[in-house]
Amino acid sequence: MTSQELRVSKIERGTVIDHIPGGQALNVLAILGIDGREGDVVSIGMNVPSDRLGRKDVVKVEDRELSQSEVDVLSLIAPEASINIIKNFDVVEKHRVERPERVSGVLQCSNHNCITTEGEPVDSEFEVLDDGIRCVYCDTIIRDDITAHILA
Amino acid sequence: MRHDHITSARQLSREDIETVLDRASELAADPSAVADRHEGALLGLLFFEPSTRTKMSFSAAMKRLGGDIVDMGPVDSSSVKKGESLADTVRVVEGYADALVLRHPSEGAAQMASKFVDVPLINAGDGAGQHPTQTLLDLYTIRENAGLDDVSIGIMGDLKYGRTVHSLAHALTNFDVSQHFISPESLQLPRKVRYDLHQEGSAVKEHTDLDAILPSLDVLYVTRIQRERFPDESEYREVAGEYQIDTESLSVAKEDLSVMHPLPRVDEIAYDVDETAKANYFEQAHNGVPVRMALLDLLLGGAQ
Ligand SMILES: [Zn+2]
Repeated sequence: MTSQELRVSKIERGTVIDHIPGGQALNVLAILGIDGREGDVVSIGMNVPSDRLGRKDVVKVEDRELSQSEVDVLSLIAPEASINIIKNFDVVEKHRVERPERVSGVLQCSNHNCITTEGEPVDSEFEVLDDGIRCVYCDTIIRDDITAHILA
Repeated sequence: MRHDHITSARQLSREDIETVLDRASELAADPSAVADRHEGALLGLLFFEPSTRTKMSFSAAMKRLGGDIVDMGPVDSSSVKKGESLADTVRVVEGYADALVLRHPSEGAAQMASKFVDVPLINAGDGAGQHPTQTLLDLYTIRENAGLDDVSIGIMGDLKYGRTVHSLAHALTNFDVSQHFISPESLQLPRKVRYDLHQEGSAVKEHTDLDAILPSLDVLYVTRIQRERFPDESEYREVAGEYQIDTESLSVAKEDLSVMHPLPRVDEIAYDVDETAKANYFEQAHNGVPVRMALLDLLLGGAQ
């Protein structure tokens, strides 16, 4: 184990999200709906030197696996990220995120008059464009920082 | 046509559009031929905001096909007032009718509602979003008067907020049409519409001045510029005044220019234009009936 890896302690069970662009770790936590008040055990490495990214962030969450919706949205802000599932201190599963054609849930449409913001029994859903996302209900395109639209 | 629901003009291909318009032409030529075609069929009308004329037009279309309507009535007398979700309302009402027409103040309402019902659902306007039957009757009127290929169409007025404009502009990309967008700078097409037009390979030709482009147009589609888009009355008057037409300003136009307007108008088309052969806006409104008949006929299917 190198000294760099030691910066963030090993976990027994949970998920390690690696190769997040430097500075995006807190947005990743927001996508996972983690604000610290629920008691999740989380370790964060920020701006860790990386061969691939220059600087990367790493997030380790104990006793937690990610839903497909969370991984999909994560891929929009961290297209190079890898997801490692840990059991008994070992990586039992590892995969890179893929840019999906659609993302659902997690994000809220920026159009306040969109039907998905009105308590109807549907999740938000967006088509993923080259340079943004588009609500499949009201057609609104979000091109700015999508992390500003994470559902509380 | 292979759609269960009509929620957006964006979903319609050129072939779909032509199927509806061809059927509308047949029905307009001989409406009596279908007077009992859908006898016994019921169309459910769910208007969550008032739109008397759209509702009348759908009612007339259904009745001219031999069917009838069941109307939810105004929202203040319904369960919606008690906080029922739209998803629940449409799931209840689909049991009362063979097809539904939905008008709702929220964008995406029809798209969402269509996921919860098995009977065909037609969007009759969702907030600032889509209003596909308006688009189809606009296309029908353009085809009747100028044709839909090798024509130059000017769309003028409030292009930023006008949903009929957005929907029409997108639908026109299916045809060999040169589109010109004429508006004050503050009311130009929004990003999502530009994006669509760009994706469809259609150039966005924008103008702030009608006079320069008017002589080349075959169709001029006028929309209202609303007072509330401007900070004060004087600015509104000054800007809106530049986008009003009368017989004098139309004197430089082609003899057979077709002037359209989704109505109601206020002062953007002077009354003196009504008497000219260029005025096609009342015909346009009337065309809503055969076009909606055609759409209902195709969605309801049934006996030939
Ligand atoms: Zn939306």
